[in-house]
Amino acid sequence: MEHITLLIGIVIITALVFDFTNGFHDTANAMATTISTGALGPRTAVAMSAVLNLVGAFLSVEVAKTISGGIIDEGSGIRPEVIFAGLVGAILWNLLTWLAGLPSSSSHALFGGLIGATLVSVGMDGVNSDKIVMKVLIPAVAAPIVAGVAAMVATRLTYRLARGRDDQETAKGYRAGQIASAALVSLAHGTNDAQKTMGVITLALITGGALAPDSDPPLWVIVSAGLAIALGTYLGGWRIIRTMGKGITDIQPPQGFAAQTGAATVILASSHIGFALSTTQVCSGSVMGAGLGRKGGVVRWSTAGRMVLAWVLTLPAAGLVAGGAALLADQGNWGVTAVAVIAVAACAAIWAASRRKPVDHTNVNEVETVPAEPVGVVTAAIQAVAPPPAGPVAAAAGPVAAVSSTPSATPAGASAATGSTS
Amino acid sequence: MSIDWAALGQVFGVSLAVTVGFVGVFTLGILGTSRKAQPAEAGPGATSTTPGASATAGAALGPARLGAYACFALCAAAVAYGINLIVA
Repeated sequence: MEHITLLIGIVIITALVFDFTNGFHDTANAMATTISTGALGPRTAVAMSAVLNLVGAFLSVEVAKTISGGIIDEGSGIRPEVIFAGLVGAILWNLLTWLAGLPSSSSHALFGGLIGATLVSVGMDGVNSDKIVMKVLIPAVAAPIVAGVAAMVATRLTYRLARGRDDQETAKGYRAGQIASAALVSLAHGTNDAQKTMGVITLALITGGALAPDSDPPLWVIVSAGLAIALGTYLGGWRIIRTMGKGITDIQPPQGFAAQTGAATVILASSHIGFALSTTQVCSGSVMGAGLGRKGGVVRWSTAGRMVLAWVLTLPAAGLVAGGAALLADQGNWGVTAVAVIAVAACAAIWAASRRKPVDHTNVNEVETVPAEPVGVVTAAIQAVAPPPAGPVAAAAGPVAAVSSTPSATPAGASAATGSTS
Repeated sequence: MSIDWAALGQVFGVSLAVTVGFVGVFTLGILGTSRKAQPAEAGPGATSTTPGASATAGAALGPARLGAYACFALCAAAVAYGINLIVA
């Protein structure tokens, strides 16, 4: 790292910002059902997940190497501008799906962004299309099915075995089991996703000539990537947590345990056997499976459908934004500056839009009942993929949820008050 | 382009077996450490006998409780193996 140009510096910062969005986007994977079943309090849950992500980031550097030389052809003239444009595409898509409260794959956003930027800037030669199908498309279809079936069968089994037992008493055991499974998911997430960012930063350093090809990520890269993802995880993507914990189906302790165990198992099995599956899709699939496995359980297919639509759109949408950014960034220094300014403005706009109807640790377990406010520019753009205001099913479930979380609840005000005092 | 069906099938099979096995064993552990639900129709007259009943149930639970701890130990070993997979 003797000589790092301004451009490389910008790329590194952008990569860390992406890592941060990755963290708060994916907190839901490990902690959404843990929070909605009451196994852990919202803040405890995200804090535990953050620590485990940080620990996971230090455990190995194997995944970091698959980014470079995998989907993007390292030797085909990728320049830092291209990586920068790809990251901008991925960040913006992550923020948009977060605003809509949809769990979509951060890895797909990253791949989509890098692919889009490479296509525009280098051409078809820079992308290995076989690898896209193998590493992105097939796993995206397989992940929810594998995890869903496993979680569904496990849910059926546990309900059958525990028939006739006191719910209150078994719930304690289920919650404890769920915490263990959620911890495994968090740890696995840290080893996987923090390393993707390390891989990108290393790739940028290599293309900029600051590192020799095929080097391992330097220590400062590992530390900063780990910290960025942990910070993002700790702040928590409460919107997505609410969708996964409450929006798709109503999760009870046995279901939460089965879903989380299924997710942890599938993630570990897939990474160990060598057929990588996306964490987000595995976790969403297992939540749906657990919803189907309980008698009388309801999966809200409209929410699930929007989620699947977001999955399908992730790769092309991030690619499109990144392609546009690459076109601009290729114009030289003023182009890169313009992309950076536009990206910051867009992030600010999305954040401002999110403040209109904030979701945080105080109201994460409430189901939305208020219909949408007057439609703004950004909300209009994402309305096609936004989860609907809760229908009759959610309304029926609402009082139950409110009673179980805060006994003396007049819903919104009371739980907000307890949240701020604790 | 070739899809690695064998690996995918393996992931599916292993995931299904381990998830169902883990959840099953853990549930057995929960069964061993929890009591049966009190029947709701046991009226107010039945409450006086409850202490004695639960005491005998507690004695009978000895081996069940031991089995339950074995189940939990098995699950803890599985979690440890999982951590080992992540670290390795």
